[in-house]
Parts: sequence; C-alpha cells; structure tokens
Amino acid sequence: MSKQEFLSRLRRGLAGLPKNDLEERLNFYSEMIDDRMEEGLSEEEAVAAAGNTDEIVSQILAETPLSTIVKERIKPKRELRAWEIVLIVLGSPIWLSLLIAFAAVIISVYAALWSVIISFWAAFATFVGSSVGVFTVGIVYLCTVNTGAGLALLGAGFVLGGISIFCFIGCSAATKGLLLLTKKFAVLIKNCIAGREKE
Amino acid sequence: MDIQLKRGLLDVCVLAAIKDGESYGYKIIKDMKPYTELSESTLYTILKRLENARMLTVRTAEHGGRLRKYYRITGEGLSRIEEFKEDWNEILSIYRFVTKEEEGNE
Repeated sequence: MSKQEFLSRLRRGLAGLPKNDLEERLNFYSEMIDDRMEEGLSEEEAVAAAGNTDEIVSQILAETPLSTIVKERIKPKRELRAWEIVLIVLGSPIWLSLLIAFAAVIISVYAALWSVIISFWAAFATFVGSSVGVFTVGIVYLCTVNTGAGLALLGAGFVLGGISIFCFIGCSAATKGLLLLTKKFAVLIKNCIAGREKE
Repeated sequence: MDIQLKRGLLDVCVLAAIKDGESYGYKIIKDMKPYTELSESTLYTILKRLENARMLTVRTAEHGGRLRKYYRITGEGLSRIEEFKEDWNEILSIYRFVTKEEEGNE
C-alpha cells in the first residue's frame, strides 16, 4: 500500500472526527511514515510498520466520545435555506414523532433483554432460598420428628443447591453476554455515524 | 497488563523520553522500543493528553523539506516524573507485601 492510499483510507474511516483533529492525526501518521522512509525503509515497509488501517480506525473511534462524533455529524455542511428550515419545522410533527417512536422501540427492546436477565437471577435466588429453607427444615425433622422425612428433605436441599450453582453459572454468562453485546452495539452505532457513505 | 495502570505508566515513559531535550514522534517510539512497544495511535493520544495537561509543549519545524513536530517537556512534566518516582516506592512496598507469603514458602 502506498502512503497516499494509507492516509486516504484513514481519512475515509475517520471522516466523522472534527476537521482539525482529523488533519492533525493524518499529519502525525504521515510524519511517522516519512521518518521511517528517511531511515531507509521503502514506502511499502514504512506503511506496513504504521499498522493496519482498520485497526487504527476502530481504536481511535473507540477512544473518541460518541458526543464528539454526533456533534460533528449533525453540523450542516452549508447554511440551510429559508424554505428548508420552514419544511423542517412544519414537518416536525411527523419526523419528530417517528424519531421518538424509533428510539422508544430500541430502548424497550433493550429493557426487555435486561428483564429476561433479571428474571434469570430471580429464579436463581428462588433456588438458593428454597435450598436453604428445605435444608434447615430437613435438619429440624432429622433431629426431632421423623428421621426418614428429614433425610429426604436434606437430599432435596442438596439437589436444589446443585441446581442453583448451575443456575448461577448460566445467569452470570448471560449477564456478561448482554454487557458484551451492549459494548459491540455502541461501537456499531459509532461506526455507522462516523463512517462516511461510499461515494 | 491492566489498561488503567499501563496508561499512567506510559504517560511517564513518554515524558522520560523527552526529558533530556526535545524529541519527535518516531524517535520517541524508537527510544522506548527496547523497553516497551508503543503503537502510533497510542503515542498520539498520550502526547495529546500531556499537551492538554501542559506537561509538554509542541513546536512545528521544517526538516528535510517537510514539517515535523517536536515535543519539549515543561516544569510540570518534570515534576510529574518526580512524583512518579515517589509513587514507585509505595508501589514497591505494596509489591513486597503482596509477594511476602510466596517468598516465605520458598
């Protein structure tokens, strides 16, 4: 890859960054490549040493706060004409409500996912509670009334305890999974907003 | 290594790389290479952070028909290094405490 191509790939991937921030970063990489070439590396090698453009882009986007990217994105490229402003205002009952509905759908799907997780944990708590309860009653029975029934209850307590251990493993895996999914989704949104459409 | 811990350490590393006179991006990476690998994106972020914290100043100068940025440490940057050295004694004694039992078993 040539230096020019490397830089234009970065420019495409980072188009969502504020203009001067983007230029400063590109200059930084350009300087690094030039310095490596000055040391005797070929252009190809110097570019390869700078790293993979996709990885660089995703690392930078991950470090940039979403608010910076959004602000840059919604900044109009030119002044809006009077009739455009009128249209936006007049159309607001339509697009605003659609936007709110869309956001509400996303938020409710997310909330639904979390409520599933919460119910998993509730089931786990039930198993733990019942296992402790049955175990305690089992001991009381064993010592006082009926040895047979006591033993049976103790056994049931152990079984419930075992189930709750399995349940805990499942619940924590599900929670971790959802957290990971959230993170990936945030990165996806960032990429959608920051990446420039193919021309 | 833990990201938070490494981030703080790399800040001081970069300051140390320009402690004895101004330097530029590629030279900083080269000087640090025997000790720790640093990617350009990471270096950029660190330099930016240190500049915002007034621990270094940036100057653009011509070099071989192109522009190059030079970084110079400030008084605040130097005192950050001193601070780190003092912190290090504390970290070392924590380390000794953490590994105390292991050594006792040997």
